[in-house]
Amino acid sequence: MDEGTSGARKAQVNWGSWANFWAMGGYGFYVWGSYATVVAVIAIELWLLRARRSTAVAEVKATNLKQEPMQTAGVR
Amino acid sequence: MTPWFFALAAVLAAFGLYVGFFVAPTDATQGESYRIIFIHVPAAWMSMFLYLVMACWAAVGLIMNTRMSSMMASAIAPTGALMTVLALITGSLWGKPTWGTYWVWDARLTSELVLLFLYLGFLALQAAIDDPRRADKAGAVLALVGVINIPIIYFSVQWWNTLHQGSSVSLTRSPSMAATMLLGMLLMALAFWMYSIGAALHRVRSIVLERERRAEWTKELLAQGRLK
Repeated sequence: MDEGTSGARKAQVNWGSWANFWAMGGYGFYVWGSYATVVAVIAIELWLLRARRSTAVAEVKATNLKQEPMQTAGVR
Repeated sequence: MTPWFFALAAVLAAFGLYVGFFVAPTDATQGESYRIIFIHVPAAWMSMFLYLVMACWAAVGLIMNTRMSSMMASAIAPTGALMTVLALITGSLWGKPTWGTYWVWDARLTSELVLLFLYLGFLALQAAIDDPRRADKAGAVLALVGVINIPIIYFSVQWWNTLHQGSSVSLTRSPSMAATMLLGMLLMALAFWMYSIGAALHRVRSIVLERERRAEWTKELLAQGRLK
């Protein structure tokens, strides 16, 4: 690795190998830890959004299907 | 409409990550650790921006007494809180290799933590009040008082001598970073933006259903089989 020798740093990133890519110049834990956190948190939010939607729809159904016979008889 | 925002977010993130990891060069002083910037900065920007948008909707709801505005504010709050959490976690994972510590009670970090508490306070306050309209009003007052924290976060790196680095991107001067780094960051910022819009719109639809479950149009949608 060319850590420290500033002259060896190229303007364009050339990882060379997948091992170098995952190593992130020794910062792999921090870089990939950050990205993993983002992915996990977004996955949780998307799951919560779907759960909230289906709960809301279920509530609408529970509220209205219960009252349907009474209302159709009364209103229309 | 919300799937389009999520799809746009995914495409922008794919481009942003490609530029961020395969085009942008290594940072001369921070090495590869700086690549956290592509998620940290967009998350931090969104955490502040979403708060402002939330406070605006809350203010409109309070002043004009429009229910939909208040519902938008409630829909934005969880995503804003989430962006704040991401900014704090990715920031601490960046702080450890660059500063030698995960956390420090520095002005920037502390004010961002206060932002998280404002979001959580807003959510807790709304959850604690049964009457939705009263919850909207109480939340709006809290959100508006908390707006004072946003300029404090933004200018903290100028006003105080913080450990957090100054901004590399500003409205008044050209950015002090490589063009490709900036491009990657802006693409990721747009991706986070689209994601936030998608998430907020998805959530507001649920909130509307929760509150309007006895409304006539809700019953019609249900009768037409369009509520899934």
